[in-house]
Parts: sequence; structure tokens; C-alpha cells
Amino acid sequence: MKQNIVIIGGGIAGLEAAKQIHNLGYQTFLVEKSDHLGGHVASWHRLFPDMIATKPLIKDMISAIKGVTVFLETQVNDVEGVREGYRLSLSNGINITAQAVLVASGFQLFEAQRKEEYGYGIYDHVITNADLEAWMNGNKDQRIPAAPKAIGFVHCVGSRDLKAGNSQCSKVCCMTAIKQAIEMKERFPNAEVYCFYMDLRLFGKKYEDFYINAQRDFGIHFVRGRVSEVSETIDGRLQVKAEDTLIGRPLKVQLDTLVLMSGMCCNPLIQKLAEQARLEIDSDGFLKSRDNITNIIESGREGIFFAGACTGTKTVPETVAEARAAALSIHNYLLQND
Amino acid sequence: MIDFGFTLSKSSTVDLTTLDRSRYDQLIKLVPTARMCMNCGSCGATCTVGEYKGMSVRKVLYGIQRGEDVKAMLSSCMLCGKCTMVCPRGINTRNLILNLCKIYD
Ligand SMILES: Cc1cc2nc3c(=O)[nH]c(=O)nc-3n(C[C@H](O)[C@H](O)[C@H](O)COP(=O)(O)OP(=O)(O)OC[C@H]3O[C@@H](n4cnc5c(N)ncnc54)[C@H](O)[C@@H]3O)c2cc1C
Ligand code: SF4
Repeated sequence: MKQNIVIIGGGIAGLEAAKQIHNLGYQTFLVEKSDHLGGHVASWHRLFPDMIATKPLIKDMISAIKGVTVFLETQVNDVEGVREGYRLSLSNGINITAQAVLVASGFQLFEAQRKEEYGYGIYDHVITNADLEAWMNGNKDQRIPAAPKAIGFVHCVGSRDLKAGNSQCSKVCCMTAIKQAIEMKERFPNAEVYCFYMDLRLFGKKYEDFYINAQRDFGIHFVRGRVSEVSETIDGRLQVKAEDTLIGRPLKVQLDTLVLMSGMCCNPLIQKLAEQARLEIDSDGFLKSRDNITNIIESGREGIFFAGACTGTKTVPETVAEARAAALSIHNYLLQND
Repeated sequence: MIDFGFTLSKSSTVDLTTLDRSRYDQLIKLVPTARMCMNCGSCGATCTVGEYKGMSVRKVLYGIQRGEDVKAMLSSCMLCGKCTMVCPRGINTRNLILNLCKIYD
């Protein structure tokens, strides 16, 4: 009999793992709560560092999982440990007994309106990184004027912020800010573009080169200081205040659009599942791995594995690598138990 | 003005909207690599006159983008070129200073 594997979450982690697990010959089920596959990445426009378009990437990933049983708009209502593994009851009424479960439930974007001082949802021209990706994908957005003279990017929104409950660095948003700053400068060459950062975390392959390009080829201004407050001027522009910590003086500037780099946070939806499956939650709210060095993809429970941003902030290549690794770990686990 | 017996302190705020950055813009045309400064501070740390006169190419370059008076720092430079040797971004800092002196002239 073919063994059943259930994957919870159809983002890039779930998609990549589904392909690999199916190719290994298992009966694979992919459970996705929303009405589409691809997760967050499906909403982005282009991906750093190679600036590839996401639409064809997601399309390819989806066409690679033929043979996998996909349940959209479906959630796991209950998980129960049984002799054969885990029995999952899905919200569509189907029950599956799985020999192994892969959790690939991803992250949640920080809700920018919680940082009230930045004025998201209050002022007319404050948007988030996700809004800007949607706009670049062709969505209309009144908040972005036709010919902005000055555009600002605020790093670390809701990240590295104990008061917001997130001590972690979201890791991808320094790069996202630089990527988006360049994209805006390409569209609006006459606009001044400012990035407000505390420190620039450009750890990945080619990331630092992006920073150099942003400075040298696009003249993007980097201001070291966390934006403290945003207000609206009488003529409807935004006034941003920060301390220029490199010179030790307060600084202000008027902008036509302000883009908030909302961070990657833990997915609260997973809380119930974690309780039912008796999975531990780490101090940062993400799912807790067996350890954070060589066993990130293993949960504390036998037969339950993790991949992608459900255990912490991750880039796309990291997520995909974990998905492949998780498929192999599941395979080895099942061979051992045979 | 009527003397009310008190004065107002001058604001130290940098207002990027109204600030005159024309000297910086001129400099960038002559020395485009100056844009690549990442404020690491190695130029200031190695500067021969840094510890006596507060000279630092970083401070000069940043200062002209923030409306600071950098003339005293500029005139203390001996053009020894040590900062050029240590700059990790390969900015020709010596050339930068010479050109900035011309802009100020
Ligand atoms: C603004 C922004 C831009 C980015 N740009 C880049 C970039 O250019 N390059 C790069 O390398 N990385 C980028 N990233 C990072 C990238 O988005 C993540 O690496 C990636 O989304 C992680 O994939 P995932 O599948 O783990 O999670 P997600 O993308 O979050 O997918 C999780 C999926 O699981 C589903 N799900 C959640 N809970 C449940 C549940 N209980 N039951 C069923 N389904 C569930 C969700 O609906 C979703 O479809 C960016 C991140 C942000 C915030
Ligand atoms: S990646 Fe950069 S912007 Fe994002 S939280 Fe970390 S330091 Fe802040």
C-alpha cells in the first residue's frame, strides 16, 4: 500500500515538497486554506536577487505537482495521533490517515496599522511593501501619485520591535526595500528616494551588490535612523521625522509616498494545529524545531516535519532548500519505519 | 526687532526638503564613486590629521549632504592619501577632496 503524506500549506515550501514527495512515490495531499497555491510569493512581482518574475515561477511549480491531491480553501480541523501515524480531519469533511505530516504553513505579514505612528490606514499616501508589489503587478493604487517627487522606505516595520512582540529580524526586507527603491527610481527617475534603516542586513548572495548599485547607479539616499513619526502636511504630503544617527541631528523630509517594510511574523493560524498535534511554539512565536542548527526541518514529534517560513523568517532559496530536505527526511523516516 | 529679553534657540533639524545639496550634486558629477560611501569610518580612523583636527572624509562627504560647514576640515587635509588606501569601496577620496576644494573656491 502507498503511504500517505499530508502537507499543510501550499506556498512555495508546500509546492516544492509536494513535487519531491510525489516523485518519491508517496500518495501526496496538499491542504491549502486560501483559494490559490503559491502563498505569499504568488503576490510578489519580481524576486531578488535575480529579479525573476514570480508569475511564471509559480506557474511552473504548480504544473510540477500533477498527481498530487490538492485541497484548496481547506483547513485541518483536527489532528490525532494513531498507531499508523496521524489522523487528520479536514474542513471539507475528508479524513486522511497519514504516515507523515509536513507543516509548511508559512508566515504572516506584520499588520502595519499596528504601528500607528507611521499612519498606515490613516494618511493617504502610506503603503506597505506588499501593497507596492501588488501595484507593480498592475493593481491600481490611489496612494501612489502619478509623478512623485520624493519617496521613502521605512525598514523594520514591526520587526526588531519588542513592543510589537517581534524581537526577530525579518531578514528579507532590507533587500526588499532596496529592490523596491531601485524599481521606483527606474519608474520615477526624477524622484528622490530615501531608505530609513537602523542597520542594513544584506547577508545573502549578491545582496551587497544590490546595495552598491542602489547607491552608485541610482543615487538612492540611505538615512540611518528609525522613523519616529509621520504626519500629513497641509497640502497632503507626508512629513517624516527621524534622527540622522550618523550626524546626531534630528531630520525631517517631505514625501509623496511612504512604503513600510512590514516584517515576516509567525502565522497565528497555526496555534490551534500546534496544540492539537502537540507541537511546541518557540519564543519568537514560530514553530519550534528540534534544534536550530542541523534539525530545523524536524519537529519535536515523530513523523511531523517542517519546511519554510513556519519556523522563522526565510528567503525563497532557503525555503525551497528546506522543502527538498524535508522530502528526503520524510522518505528516510518512512524507510526506517517500514 | 523688539527685545523681549529672551531668544529662541536655532533648530538643529536637518530638513532634507529645503536643504541645498547642490555642492554634493556637483561633486557627484565629478567623482561619481563618492555615492558609494557606506559610512564605515576607516578614512577618518586612518587620517593623519584626524586626531588633531577632526578630519574625516566620511564626515566631509556626509556633512555636505546635511548642510554642515566642512571647510575647516577640508583645509586641514594634507592630501597624504592614506584614506584612499583604506577605503573598502575603492573611492578615490584624495580626488574627492581636491574636487570639493575646487567647488568651495
Ligand atoms: C514583501 C516581501 C517580499 C519578498 N521578496 C522576496 C524575494 O524577492 N526573494 C526572496 O528570496 N524572498 C522574498 N521574500 C520571502 C518569501 O516571501 C518567503 O521566503 C516565502 O513566502 C516563504 O514561503 P512559505 O511557503 O514558507 O510560506 P508562505 O508564502 O507564507 O506560504 C504559506 C502557505 O500556507 C497556507 N497556510 C497557512 N496556514 C495554513 C493552515 N493552517 N492550513 C492550510 N494552509 C495554511 C497559506 O495560505 C500559504 O499559502 C519576500 C517576503 C516579503 C514579506
Ligand atoms: S531585514 Fe532589514 S528591514 Fe528587515 S527587519 Fe531585518 S534589519 Fe529590519
